Amino acid sequence: MGTQISIFIQQIINGLKIGSVYALVALGYTMVYGIIKLINFAHGDFIMVGSYVLLYTIPIMVAGGLPAWMAVILAILACSAVGITVEKVAYKPVREKGTKMSALITAIAMSLFLENLAQTLFGASPKSLSTIFNFPNLEVGSTKLNGNTLLTIAIGVAMMIALQLFVKKTKMGKAMRAVSEDGEAAILMGINKNRTISITFAIGSALAAVASLMYCASYPQATPTLGSMLGLKAFIAAVLGGIGIIPGAMLGGIIIGLVESLTKAYIGTLTGGVITSAFSDAIVFGILIIVLIVKPAGILGKNVGEKV
Amino acid sequence: MTVKVPKEKGKAIILNLIGVLILFLILVILNESGALSSYVSGVLMVCGIAIIMASSLNITVGYLGQIALGGCGFMAIGAYTAALITKAMEAGNILVGAGVPNTLRFLIGTIAGGILAAIFGILVGIPALRLRGDYLAIITLGFGEIIRVIIQNLKFAGGKGFSEGQAGQALVGINRLADIYVVFWIVVISVALLYTFIRSRYGRAIIAIRDDDIAAGASGLNTTFYKVLAFTVSAFFAGIAGGIFAHYIGSLNAATFGWLKSTEYVIMVVFGGMGSLTGSILAAIVLSALPELLRSFSEYRMLAYSVALVLVMIFKPTGLLGTYEFSLYRVLNRIFHEKKAGKKQEVK
Repeated sequence: MGTQISIFIQQIINGLKIGSVYALVALGYTMVYGIIKLINFAHGDFIMVGSYVLLYTIPIMVAGGLPAWMAVILAILACSAVGITVEKVAYKPVREKGTKMSALITAIAMSLFLENLAQTLFGASPKSLSTIFNFPNLEVGSTKLNGNTLLTIAIGVAMMIALQLFVKKTKMGKAMRAVSEDGEAAILMGINKNRTISITFAIGSALAAVASLMYCASYPQATPTLGSMLGLKAFIAAVLGGIGIIPGAMLGGIIIGLVESLTKAYIGTLTGGVITSAFSDAIVFGILIIVLIVKPAGILGKNVGEKV
Repeated sequence: MTVKVPKEKGKAIILNLIGVLILFLILVILNESGALSSYVSGVLMVCGIAIIMASSLNITVGYLGQIALGGCGFMAIGAYTAALITKAMEAGNILVGAGVPNTLRFLIGTIAGGILAAIFGILVGIPALRLRGDYLAIITLGFGEIIRVIIQNLKFAGGKGFSEGQAGQALVGINRLADIYVVFWIVVISVALLYTFIRSRYGRAIIAIRDDDIAAGASGLNTTFYKVLAFTVSAFFAGIAGGIFAHYIGSLNAATFGWLKSTEYVIMVVFGGMGSLTGSILAAIVLSALPELLRSFSEYRMLAYSVALVLVMIFKPTGLLGTYEFSLYRVLNRIFHEKKAGKKQEVK
């Protein structure tokens, strides 16, 4: 019995770990969606960009005598640059000229572009990263707690609190909220809308870079399509919590992480082998479908009537 | 009361029929003379599948104005259904023998695949089409992925199929029954049906919903019905395309029907023009033949497509052909009348 409980706790902790990665990525989706009402399909691929930057900068950091995780600073810079470039080059002209539909297609196109660019530059085969953190395992009773896992969760929570403070307390955060509330009115109030959008993309991409550090600490491999499924699940997390709402993204991320980890572990025995852990992706998408049908505004969202 | 076909429309139908027959004749001559290698006819087959996929997807993306990213889910349903039905018929010795053409089994399987895909289209469409825009895109993507994962884990749809099946494996040993002539006519009939559908009162209702669904609803159109109808028609033809694919390629792997494949067909629709079947057909031919013609290009294919897609979206958001439709009748008419006008001038 004792081992079963410790396995259960282990699964919960694994869920929290992957959940905090989802939450960080979902924050990026939510911020961008809140401000320009666009699902940034390319957001998942920013994580991939981050992981390739880590792949090439960690050895440099280590050679320079610095700790490996310092490479994340370069990853943040690179991802922000990519994020701002994507926004300026592709999204902005389409946003100004086209319809919502063309903006969506552009987002899909940018996602394809980044994935295929990475494939052309680095090849399709996965590349292994060197170790990022090396923490001893903690032992609480019979449960072994992985140091890396705990650190991942801690970083995730810290980033979320920092972001929430940024959006609520600073002037830039206020500007972001104003632009997402009413873009035209925000311009009249003297807010530089385009600059605010760029900064939103920069912050979202920076969060993706941090997420890539956390992800690669547990799964040290970089592939061109790394961000594709991760991004989709994070998006589901954002929708689940209520898109455009920062605490919602955190909540959604954690829930998706827990559901994924627990279904992978227990669904086979619970359903007598009818549904196996191979279905875990389908179950996550199933959650999305149920949420969209039952409460499209998400757990923390309010239903808004449609304007005619 | 008899239905009277307007004279011009009748002429146009005959002209189009002649045009199609000429194309078919060219195909027959090329094939019988041996100028068509199996490689080239394979490329033609892929073009045909892409034409059906792109033009049927255009009903949802172009005419209904909603991005659906789950097209390949329905293609997968059609492909697996068709393959399993022909397999079952061969195992049970139904319609197999000297007197019965193989094509009959292929057609039965493919049409059954289309019908099952259409049924799933209704089941998916009713909940999904309550949403629109980016949410609809995501929910169709979700449904597509769920269909894919389920098929991948069905025991009877992997390995050798049925009782010898194995979950998580490719379905192998499908007889390659797809014949280039039959596929040609399936493509022609599909495009013709889609064309008449979109010009019927149903099609006009769908276009009205795209332009303003609240106004269309206020005018008494049952918007949910027409949305689901458009989605179902798309799903049916995706299933047909899947049936052809299964009997051309000979083995099925659920992983190939992921959402990236669906996006490729969406790209074709967007390039060709959202609301132009002509555009979908041209884009389907060009985008499926180009990587074959330029082998070195195929590596950079998706990179080039994505850049081109962004450029199209910036400079011509409705796609290259917009809503233009090619009409043989109009073209011939113009040539004919220009000649007449020219003659008159000469007389003067």
